[in-house]
Amino acid sequence: MITETTAKTATQNACRLCNPLGACLAFKGIEKCVPFLHGSQGCATYIRRYLISHYKEPIDIASSNFNEETAVFGGSHNLKLGLKNVTQQYKPDVIGIATTCLSETIGDDVQMILREYEAAFGSDGPMPEMIFASTPSYQGSHIDGFHAAVRSAVKTLAEGGAEKHLVNIFPGMISPADIRYLKEIFTDFGLPFVLLPDYSQTLDGGPWAEYHRIPKGGTPRNAIASTGSAAASIEFGSTLEASKSAAGYLEERFGVPRLDMAMPIGIRETDRFFEIMEKLTEKPAPEKYLDERRRLVDAYADGHKYVFGKKAIVYGEEDLVISIASFLDEIGIVPVLCASGGKSGLMRNKLGELIPDMEEKGIKVRHGVDFVDIENETAVLQPDLLIGNSKGFTMSKKSRLPLLRIGFPIHDRFGGQRLHHLGYRGTQELFDRIVNTIIEQRQNASPIGYTYM
Amino acid sequence: MKEEIRILEGREKQVYEKKSGNTEIDIACDTTSLSGSVSQRACVFCGSRVVLYPVADAIHIVHGPIGCAAYTWDIRGAVSSGPELHRLSFSSDLGEMDVIYGGEKKLYRSLIELIDQYKPNAAFVYSTCIIGLIGDDIDAVCRKVEKEKGIPVMPVHSEGFKGTKKDGYKAACTALMKLIGTGSTEGISKYSINILGEFNLAGEAWIIREYYEKMGIQVVATMTGDGRIDAIRRSHGASLNVVQCSGSMTTLAKEMEEKYGIPFIRVSYFGFEDMSKSLYDVAQYFGEKEEIMEKAKVIVREEIQRYYPEMQKFKKALTGKKAAIYVGGAFKTFSLIKALRTIGMSVVLAGSQTGNKDDYNRLKEMCDEGTVIVDDSNPVELSKFILEKEADLLIGGVKERPIAFKLGVGFCDHNHERKIPLAGFIGMYNFAKEVYESVMSPVWQFAPRKGGLQ
Repeated sequence: MITETTAKTATQNACRLCNPLGACLAFKGIEKCVPFLHGSQGCATYIRRYLISHYKEPIDIASSNFNEETAVFGGSHNLKLGLKNVTQQYKPDVIGIATTCLSETIGDDVQMILREYEAAFGSDGPMPEMIFASTPSYQGSHIDGFHAAVRSAVKTLAEGGAEKHLVNIFPGMISPADIRYLKEIFTDFGLPFVLLPDYSQTLDGGPWAEYHRIPKGGTPRNAIASTGSAAASIEFGSTLEASKSAAGYLEERFGVPRLDMAMPIGIRETDRFFEIMEKLTEKPAPEKYLDERRRLVDAYADGHKYVFGKKAIVYGEEDLVISIASFLDEIGIVPVLCASGGKSGLMRNKLGELIPDMEEKGIKVRHGVDFVDIENETAVLQPDLLIGNSKGFTMSKKSRLPLLRIGFPIHDRFGGQRLHHLGYRGTQELFDRIVNTIIEQRQNASPIGYTYM
Repeated sequence: MKEEIRILEGREKQVYEKKSGNTEIDIACDTTSLSGSVSQRACVFCGSRVVLYPVADAIHIVHGPIGCAAYTWDIRGAVSSGPELHRLSFSSDLGEMDVIYGGEKKLYRSLIELIDQYKPNAAFVYSTCIIGLIGDDIDAVCRKVEKEKGIPVMPVHSEGFKGTKKDGYKAACTALMKLIGTGSTEGISKYSINILGEFNLAGEAWIIREYYEKMGIQVVATMTGDGRIDAIRRSHGASLNVVQCSGSMTTLAKEMEEKYGIPFIRVSYFGFEDMSKSLYDVAQYFGEKEEIMEKAKVIVREEIQRYYPEMQKFKKALTGKKAAIYVGGAFKTFSLIKALRTIGMSVVLAGSQTGNKDDYNRLKEMCDEGTVIVDDSNPVELSKFILEKEADLLIGGVKERPIAFKLGVGFCDHNHERKIPLAGFIGMYNFAKEVYESVMSPVWQFAPRKGGLQ
């Protein structure tokens, strides 16, 4: 079976976002870092608006604010002026610079401009570190920008040296709640770690008494420097290739072993993650997590009859879709369609590694699709529920199918930044929500008004 | 640690504080944003997209890479009484090869397929940044498709970097002018108007339309609020253009005046005072028919009577509270200052993304001593003034909201995402209620600035 893509020319209701958005999000996970887009003012503003509507936090993204002259003569002047102004106004440790379709197309050599800038202003005192990621919007999607920014952060800052008792964790694009949970696991294992990017506080933090130019939190610059001497890197993301990833770079450059795996969602994948943790620490998993696992297995038993044989359509970023599908498979829900706007070309094979009998089970994979393609599938596949970000609401309303909101963005519900997806805890939360969605559907559909379901 | 926040070099002239002895106001405005300043503005494309967005029986296709279409999908609360094509997001989704070899063919195929699939009454084609570089001739593509499909296909030259949001408004007006004058004006009364610059957010245009119709005035086109192609095409038959949101639609009104001899008046539908004036001004224009004015008076009396008692409750609670305003167009700030005064509140900061010199002069006249006036501000400045002036409320949009909430300040969304109508008499009531509910919420007791734990 070949992975199907779309037959339409125009994209209608896109199931992906553009490259620079992912880079900005990743840069928000570096301590005292200001994301900076080299392009038109609109890119920064639209992306801020989009992120703010999910995270409900101030998200400042600077722009070099191209005008007609810039487009003709190059963005060097604007970029330098912008960096100077951001340095003055935000006093950052790091500026994370990402390109856009505009600056990429005119062919600005950003790295050269940065060298010139450093040569011109370097003697004026300490300068923020400049991390640069190439993120043309006409290539890939937001997830590529995310990984490009993380890779460029380690590329810029990581240093080699004698191996430290330290493990890197590159979890990919997950929720602030997921990040906090991962940190808790590492802490409970007693394993020193560097998690990058850590936007658990910058994008889900407390109130302010005074104005903060840059919100607290994020992976510190010196922690990123130490990733080059870590004992290993754990990296989540089924379709993330070593040549594009942070862990891949560290392995190639400093020989830090890359342990890559799918996002740990569901018992099977989470077990795999805990096995890695046990191997790295040579210690058994803390009892707390075994308890979480026991409760989850127990919940699976309590809820199995509600979910068995149900059909779901899962959509979103490829890596998230793959791991959610694997989880659904282990509880007896058939992910009849796994769809993504992304186009790595790897989705089908990677899903096949987690669900070897996917074809017999009737699991279909489509990449490079939009919401109109997915909506057309709902008519054919007749699923019981939809699982994905809140942009599926339009089709959920039209096809009268319940929508379980996960991932990013969640613009039409509250608390998207606090949803768990990963590990036993995240799986528990997902399982409870899925069972309840089905129960609610049944309860509402019955005229009797059952008070026990 | 408390540190002083300074205004960026190059922006000093865009900030003004009204003080005795500081009478000269010469705000630098109408310029592109300073690089690296984290402006709250968007781009040319945004200006065009927001204006044309509510035309509901047309397809809107964004020619460029995916981002511009994705971020503007169903972005506005502009509702339609019929077709809802405007709520779909269409993009030619240019990839690397298209950028190298040109995107005209892809645009052409996209248009043909979309028109066949959705059968719209027209199509708007927005060019984004990259089109301005690769030189796609979108005019030619539009002409070709128009010919083949027999519906108007309008190019909108909205390359993001070619100016500011205001230039996007102009590009949108140019596209509308192509439509205006192409329909029949049969059956249009002498007592007729077009409503310009009202986007039907949460059904606001319907509220306004109903007032005018009750006065015996025919509304020919609401243009860009619950907009329809046929109504726009015959809008040159109206006797008067009534323009709100002057920033975006004055250009169109002027062009219609020039070409079709239709005069225009500027109005605002926010607050009792300005709302009433909007009805009276139109009635006065049609002064020869006295009953129009009589009916306007009845509407104003009845509506204000209806909401007055509740308003007093809000006023009692809110008197003495301070507000900061930062919105897109300066014209809106005038109405908001008056509306806030109605409920006992003063304004300590007034700013806009796109105001001009006249706007800021007028703001200065209206504001109290000590009020700060800003053009094209940014989060750092806004926070500085909110803290220094001890504001209790911020009025703005999505990007301003988290600043207020982080600092323990109430917030009223007066941008295009709102779901509650704030125009009309009922809109003023809704506005006061929303302000009351945010400012008076007990949750602020936990905010560090109000004595809560840090």
